[in-house]
Amino acid sequence: MKTRYSYGGDEHIYVEMDEEMSLDAFFKSLSMSNAVREADIPGVTEICPANASFQVRFDPDVTPPEEMLNRVKELEHKAETAEKRMTTRIVEVPVYYQDPWTHETVMRFRERHQDPSGTDLDYGARINGYDSVEAFIEAHHAAPWFVSMVGFVSGLPFLYQLVERDKQIEVPKYLRPRTDTPKQTVGYGGCFTAIYSVRGAGGYQMFGITPMTIYDPRQETSYLKDFLVFFKPGDIVKFEPIDREAYDRVLAGVEAGTWQPRIAEVEFDLDAFKADMEGTNAKLMEALNGA
Amino acid sequence: MALKIVKPGLATSIQDLGRPGYFHLGIPQGGAMDRLAMRAANMLVGNPEEAAGLEAVFMGPEIAFTADASVAVTGAEMPVTVDGEPRETWTSFTVRKGQVLGFGFLQKGARIYIAVSGGIDTPPDLGSRSTYPIGALGGIEGRPIEAGDTLPVGSAPLVEEGRSAPAQLRRMPGNPAELRALPGLYWHRITEAAQQGFFDDTWTVAAEADRMGYRFKGGRVLEFVEREQPFGAGADPSNIVDGCYSYGSIQVPGGTEPIVLHRDAVSGGGYFTLGAVISADMDLIGQLQPNTEVKFRRVDMAEALAARAERRQMIEKLRQELA
Repeated sequence: MKTRYSYGGDEHIYVEMDEEMSLDAFFKSLSMSNAVREADIPGVTEICPANASFQVRFDPDVTPPEEMLNRVKELEHKAETAEKRMTTRIVEVPVYYQDPWTHETVMRFRERHQDPSGTDLDYGARINGYDSVEAFIEAHHAAPWFVSMVGFVSGLPFLYQLVERDKQIEVPKYLRPRTDTPKQTVGYGGCFTAIYSVRGAGGYQMFGITPMTIYDPRQETSYLKDFLVFFKPGDIVKFEPIDREAYDRVLAGVEAGTWQPRIAEVEFDLDAFKADMEGTNAKLMEALNGA
Repeated sequence: MALKIVKPGLATSIQDLGRPGYFHLGIPQGGAMDRLAMRAANMLVGNPEEAAGLEAVFMGPEIAFTADASVAVTGAEMPVTVDGEPRETWTSFTVRKGQVLGFGFLQKGARIYIAVSGGIDTPPDLGSRSTYPIGALGGIEGRPIEAGDTLPVGSAPLVEEGRSAPAQLRRMPGNPAELRALPGLYWHRITEAAQQGFFDDTWTVAAEADRMGYRFKGGRVLEFVEREQPFGAGADPSNIVDGCYSYGSIQVPGGTEPIVLHRDAVSGGGYFTLGAVISADMDLIGQLQPNTEVKFRRVDMAEALAARAERRQMIEKLRQELA
C-alpha cells in the first residue's frame, strides 16, 4: 500500500490509502480519518471516509492548504501503528432475493445491460463461476460484510464481504446507468454491495430488496428516531434471505413501528480475521444469534 | 405574512446557504448555486445572509403577497414586475399586500434569487431550509415549490426602496465563460496530451446541467494512462475504487463528457476525477445556460487562494455598501 495525497480544489484534501480495495486499506482509511477527527484541526468542516480513501473538507482561510496537508500527513503514522481492531455492531438485514420489483426493473432496462438475454443474477452467477443462481445467492449471504463507505446519496451504504479475495464476487456496472432503481434495492458493482437508500438512478446489478428502511428524513421509523441515517462505516452486516411472506411481514412491522433489526455489539480484529476467517465469522454469527 | 405561489416556474426551490456537516453520509451541503447572488439579495432586504429565499432557474415564478414586504431579485438578468409594472434587479423594492410579483423572459445567466424581508420560514432540516429532493430534506416536504403552495415568511421591518448593489459587485460569467480549475485527485490517470487537451479545448454546457452537476461536451476524448485496473475498481479505465468526490470536482466517465459536481453533489462514486473547479468560480457555474461555451483555465493553489480572497473582498464590500 502506498498512500497518496492530493488537493481537491482549494477546499479538500484527498488521501488514497491504496489504488485497490482491501480490508487493510479500509481499516487504515477509517483509522486515519478518525485520527483527523480527534486532532480537531481548526477549519476542518467535513471528514468523509471511503472504501480505501478519505477526504477532508476545510476552510483554507482558517488553515492554509499546505499546512492542512502537512497536519493530515503527520497523522499517517498514528493510523499505521493503530491496533487494527474495533468495537462495532453486527446487524442482520433481511433480503428478498429475486423479488418481483427489482425483477421488473431488471427487465425494463435490459437494453442497457451487458447480457440482455438473462437477469442480473444469471449474469452475476455465470461470470463468477457459479453453477446456479441459488449457489450464487448463497455465496452473497453466507459470509458477513463490512460497511466500508456511506455516501453517493442519502445514507447509502457500500459493503465489502469478509471472505478471501478469490471468493469476492465481482461484477461490472450496467453499460449505461438506469434512470430508476427501487428504494432499498440490494445492488452490486465492482466488489461492493450497495443498498439503495432512496429510489433513483443507478448502475449496480440488482439482486434483491430489503424491507428494512435505512433512511428516513421524517425520522418516524422506530429505530431511526435519533438519526435519519441507519448505517455508518465500520458496521458489520449479515444478509438474511427471506421469502415473500417474511418480506410482507417485516415491511408491515417497519411501517407499524413494531419491527427492529437484530443487532449485537462485537469486537473485530483484522489480524485475527486474516488468521482464521471462518472462525472469526462464526464468532460474529454467534454474537448475532445470541442477540 | 406568506407568499402564495400562483405559478411555480420551472424548478423553483427554497434555498439558503446550505447544511454542511453531513457529506460523509451522502447528504450534500446544498444551498444557493450562486451564493454571492443569494447573499446580496438578503443584504438588500435587510435579512441575515443565511436567510432562506427562492432560487428559480431559467423561468421566474408568479407570487402573490399576503402582506407588505421588501423584495430584491439578484443573479441572472430577467425582467421583474409588480402587478405588471417593471422593477430593477439587484435593487430593493416594496411589494404591497395583494400585489403579484412576476417575471419576463430570461436574458442572461441561468438562476435568479428572490429574497423577501423576514426570510422564508419553512421548517429547517439538519439546520437548513435548502431543498434537497433526493433526500427529501428542506423546502416544502423536501420538494421544489408548486402552484398553490403557501410559503410562510418571518416578520421583519421593511427597508427603504432603491437600495442597490453596485454593478462592479455583481458577478456573471463571460462568453465564452472561463472556469478556473486546479489539477489534482486522479489527474495522473490521463496522458499528458489529454491533460493539455482538456484545458485547450472549448467545451459547451450540455442539457444535463442541474444542482447536482453540470455536464460539458464537445472537447476531445481523454486518453488514459494504461494500467491493469486495480482490484475492486471496475473494468473501464475511467473507473476507480469508489471514493469521495470533492465539491467542484471534475469527473469524466469513459473519458468523454466532463461533469462538474455542484451544491447537490453525490458524495462519492467510482469515476476518476482530474481536479476541481476552484471555490471562487463555483458561483459562476450556477449562471451557465446549456450550450454556453466554456474554457477551463489551469491555475495553481496560489492563484486559487488569490481568487478566493478576491471573492471574499467582494462580499465584504457588499456588506459595507448595504450595511
